[in-house]
Amino acid sequence: MSDKVPVTVLTGYLGAGKTTLLNRILSEPHGKKYAVIVNEFGEIGIDNDLVVGADEEVFEMNNGCICCTVRGDLIRIIDGLMRRKGKFDAIIVETTGLADPAPVAQTFFVDDAVGRKTKLDAVVTVADAKWLNDRLKDAPEAKNQIAFADVILVNKTDLVAPHELREVELRIRGLNPYAKVHTTERCQVPLPEVLGRNAFDLDRILKIEPEFLETDGHAHAHDHDHDHDHGDHHHHHHGEAQHGLKHYHDEEMQSLSLRSDKPLDADKFFPWVQDLVAKDGPSILRTKGILSFKDDPDRFVFQGVHMILDGDHQRPWGENEKRESRIVFIGRNLDEAKIRAGFESCIA
Amino acid sequence: MADERAGAGSVVERVRPIDAGAGVVGLYFLERTPVFVLGEEHLLIARPEGEPQRVAVHAGGILASAGDHARVLTAGDDGKVVSTDATGQTRTVVTDAKRRWIDRVAAGPDGAVAWAAGKTAGVKTAKQEKTIELASSAGGVAFAPRGLRLAVAHYNGVSLWFPNASAAPEALAWKGSHLDVSFSPDGKFLVTAMQEASLHGWRVADHKDMRMSGYAAKVRSMGWTVGGKWLATSGAEQLILWPFQGKEGPMGKAPKMLAPYEQRVAIVACHPQQEVVAVGYEDGMVLLVRLVDGAEILARKPGAAPVSALAWDANGAILGFGTEGGEAGLINLA
Repeated sequence: MSDKVPVTVLTGYLGAGKTTLLNRILSEPHGKKYAVIVNEFGEIGIDNDLVVGADEEVFEMNNGCICCTVRGDLIRIIDGLMRRKGKFDAIIVETTGLADPAPVAQTFFVDDAVGRKTKLDAVVTVADAKWLNDRLKDAPEAKNQIAFADVILVNKTDLVAPHELREVELRIRGLNPYAKVHTTERCQVPLPEVLGRNAFDLDRILKIEPEFLETDGHAHAHDHDHDHDHGDHHHHHHGEAQHGLKHYHDEEMQSLSLRSDKPLDADKFFPWVQDLVAKDGPSILRTKGILSFKDDPDRFVFQGVHMILDGDHQRPWGENEKRESRIVFIGRNLDEAKIRAGFESCIA
Repeated sequence: MADERAGAGSVVERVRPIDAGAGVVGLYFLERTPVFVLGEEHLLIARPEGEPQRVAVHAGGILASAGDHARVLTAGDDGKVVSTDATGQTRTVVTDAKRRWIDRVAAGPDGAVAWAAGKTAGVKTAKQEKTIELASSAGGVAFAPRGLRLAVAHYNGVSLWFPNASAAPEALAWKGSHLDVSFSPDGKFLVTAMQEASLHGWRVADHKDMRMSGYAAKVRSMGWTVGGKWLATSGAEQLILWPFQGKEGPMGKAPKMLAPYEQRVAIVACHPQQEVVAVGYEDGMVLLVRLVDGAEILARKPGAAPVSALAWDANGAILGFGTEGGEAGLINLA
C-alpha cells in the first residue's frame, strides 16, 4: 500500500487559479518532486522534465454502465511515468476547466495496472470567489467540480466583499458539506492542506461529518442530517432560517446523509446498495459509508464514485464506540424518500 | 506451489544472472546477442563474454520497444525513436517535432519503423516517412507479416493502413478502447487486447468479429506459437491459449489453459521452433510449458518483482528474462 504513488487531481473552472496553485506546488521548497500531467503545455513557468501533456480522452468501458468512464490518456501516461519511478514522489493531474472529475477518479478504481501502482489522494477544486455563483448557475461542470471535491480553495477572496464571500461559502456547503474548504488569495494555502490528504483511503473514512465553516461561527452551513424537512427543495435558498442558520439548497445537486443505530443486515444491504448505484449511478457522484452489520464485530467502510463501489472491513468496533451506520450520498436529483426507505429496509 | 514445481523438473541452476540495475521493460536477441531494454535511458547488451555494455539511447523514460534480428527500436518520452544494433551503435530514426511522448513502436520489413505519438501514427521506410492522424490516440501499432501494411489500434477499433496507397485506412470497428494489436503469422487474423479484460479479433478477409474473454486482468502480453497455431496470452492465473488452427479462428472453441498458479501470468514468450511457451508470473517465477501435454519446467523461482521481459533467441536455445525490479538472467537450454 505505502509504496503506491499518490495522485492529486486538480480541477476548477477556467481562470479560477489552478495554474497559480500548480506553480506554487512546483516552486515551493518542500523537497518533494512532482510529476505533472497538464492539459495545456506552456502555462507552467517551472522547468520540469516530468511535465506531460494530456489529451483528456474519456473512454467508456464495455460493461453496460454508461457512467463507467475512464481517462484513456491517463492510463497510458501513468504507465509511462511509472518507468521512472523513484524520480518523483507524487503525481498531480490538472484537468481542463470543463472536465468532469469522475472519469479521472474512476480510472484509479477501474484500471488494474494504474490502481496497483498509484492511489488517488484527493480531488482538489479551485473556485473563483467572484464568479463561482454565476458559474454554478450556467455551467454544470463547475457544479460537478464542487460536488466531487475533497478539498476546495475559494480563491481570489481579495476581489469580493466579506458578505459575498460568505454567500459563496454557503453555496458550496449546500452542494458539498463534506469537503474541506479554504478561502485564499492567490491560492495561498499551506500545501499539506492540499497534498497528501488520503481522501480516498478507506482507513481515512473514520468519520463522515459535515465540515463546518471555520470562520466566525455565528452562521454556519446546515447539517443535512438534522431532522429538517426536505419538502422545500423548490426554494433556491432559505435566507435566515429558524436557528439563525443561513443555508442553501441547490435545486439539482444535494447531499443525503442516512444513519441508523440499529445494525444492518449485510445480505440485504449489499444487494440494495449495488442495485441503487447500478440504476442511479449516473446521478450519484460520490458515496461514503461506515457500516455496522449484525453479527459482525468489524466496522465496514466503503466509498464510491458513480457506479463503482470500493469497500472493506476496517477494524473491530471499539468497546465504548457507538455502533452506528452512516452513509452519505452526493448527487443530482436524489430521490431521498426512496433511498431512505431502501436503507431502512436493510436494518436487520 | 513453486516447490512442487521444482520437483517436476528444473533448469534454475542454469541461470546466468545479470544485474540490470533498473527495471527491465523489453528484451530482444540480435542473432545470439541479448539486449535488455531498461525503463529509463539505457539498453544493456549482454554478450556471452565480458561485462554487459550499457548504451544510452534516450534522455528520459523508455516507453516502448520492438525489435528484429538486427536491431532494437526504442521509443521515449524525449519524443524519439532510436535504433540500436548488436555492436551498440545507435541511430535516431524518428523525432517528433513537438517532442511528444512516443509510446508505441513496431519493427517492419526491410528496416521499416512504425510509431505513434498521441493521435499521430507514422511509418518510415528507406524511401519515405508518412503519418496519419487518428480520431483518438493510438493504442498499438503492428506490421502485417507481408507487404507494407500497418494495423493501428485505437478507441472503437483498428485502422488498417497501406502507407503506399492514397486510400483512407480500412476501418475495423468494435466499441471500446483497443490497446496492443497483433497479426497472426499468416496475416489472416488480427487480435487486439482491450482496456477491458478481454481480447477482440477480426478475420481480416471479411472483418468477422471474435471475442475472447474471461480474463482476470487486462491482457498485456500475447504471442503466437510456432506456425501460428495458438495465441498465448497473459492476464489470468494460468496460461491461456486460443486455437487459431481453423478458418474460424477460436470461435466456438474453448481455450487451452495450462500452468495454473496462485499468481497471474504477466508475460509470455513462444518458443520459435517448438510448441513450448515461456510463462512469466507476477511474483517473478518463470515456467516453460509444453503445449502437447502441459508438462512444466521451472526456469526461475519466484522473486521480488513481476517478470516484465521474456524472450528466446532465434534457435530457441537461450531464454532471457528481466523483472520490474531490475533482476535479469539468461538460461542456456542447449
